[in-house]
Amino acid sequence: MTGHSSAACESCPAYNQAMLKKLGVNVEAVDYVVALAGNPNTGKSTLFNALTGLRQHVGNWAGKTVARAEGGFSFNNKRYKLVDLPGTYSLLSTSTDEEIARDFILFGQPSVTVVVVDATRLERNLNLTLQILEITDHVVVALNLIDEAGRHGIRVDERHLARKLGVPVVPMAARKMQGLPELLQAIEQVATGAYVTRPHRIQQRDPGLDHALRELETALLREFPDLPNAQWVALRLLDGDASIEQALRERRLGDLSRGQASAPAADALALEIAS
Amino acid sequence: MASLTLDQLAIGKEAIVTRLVCTGASRRRLMDLGILPGTHLAADFASPLGDPVAYRVRDALIALRRAQARQIEIELLQGGQP
Repeated sequence: MTGHSSAACESCPAYNQAMLKKLGVNVEAVDYVVALAGNPNTGKSTLFNALTGLRQHVGNWAGKTVARAEGGFSFNNKRYKLVDLPGTYSLLSTSTDEEIARDFILFGQPSVTVVVVDATRLERNLNLTLQILEITDHVVVALNLIDEAGRHGIRVDERHLARKLGVPVVPMAARKMQGLPELLQAIEQVATGAYVTRPHRIQQRDPGLDHALRELETALLREFPDLPNAQWVALRLLDGDASIEQALRERRLGDLSRGQASAPAADALALEIAS
Repeated sequence: MASLTLDQLAIGKEAIVTRLVCTGASRRRLMDLGILPGTHLAADFASPLGDPVAYRVRDALIALRRAQARQIEIELLQGGQP
């Protein structure tokens, strides 16, 4: 069907829109997993529905009986699984919603995390964005509600923002299906590694903190050799994050990352941390 | 003179945050909601029983309980009474 497409076609948004196939709930044999994160009410679910063709109205995520919404789409002959995460202001607080989002981004190891931000409330939204950039390299920022921002007289210099953040920033209006082809292309480029991100990270840390972090990180990796983001986990432990401590004790962090440490070993580590 | 806390801010008045007196998870939570020293706050409206109160913070409405608001020290804007 697309056998005659030229290189020029490849970069044309109209062409790529046609390359999107909504797969609904069919998420078998996927090539890439894409997580949708963002503050509440930024349009994550609108985007989710636009890409998967589902009409799942994802409401609130209160309580422990949370099922992440999952759907599929294919783009340029690659199959993607899209995971709609609960809206959250932070990865550091201890509500259930935030834990789900945090655990998936940290340990579910999605190929790409799309952070959906509200262009009319950029300052507020960048808190979560920066936190996500601290823990994963593969990020695309979807600058959503750009039409509404325009109505409020807000103009966002998305190229400057992309340079500052070190990841692609795609202005869009999911409700009007604007910017979807560009977003899909950015997701593909980050997933395949064609776009090498340089995520903004905190550079200067206290030497004492660095030393403590290194020690704790080494201990963590000894017990959970496959633990992704060991440094982030170490930082949370030093900050006294009870939920991380608990997860470590119950070996949930290890499970999520296929760690093979025995339960007694995890207990010993928890003791080491406590002392 | 004891410093003013957010729960004492009347509806329609504005203030600047000077200090968060809580620690740990509750401090973290307030900061994640965008409430830090130097942040501009406005008391927009109160629920029928007066608790919680909705505050405008960085262009979003955030409802805080009186107990939470009491942990936020403020400085009144535009002079006047709280």
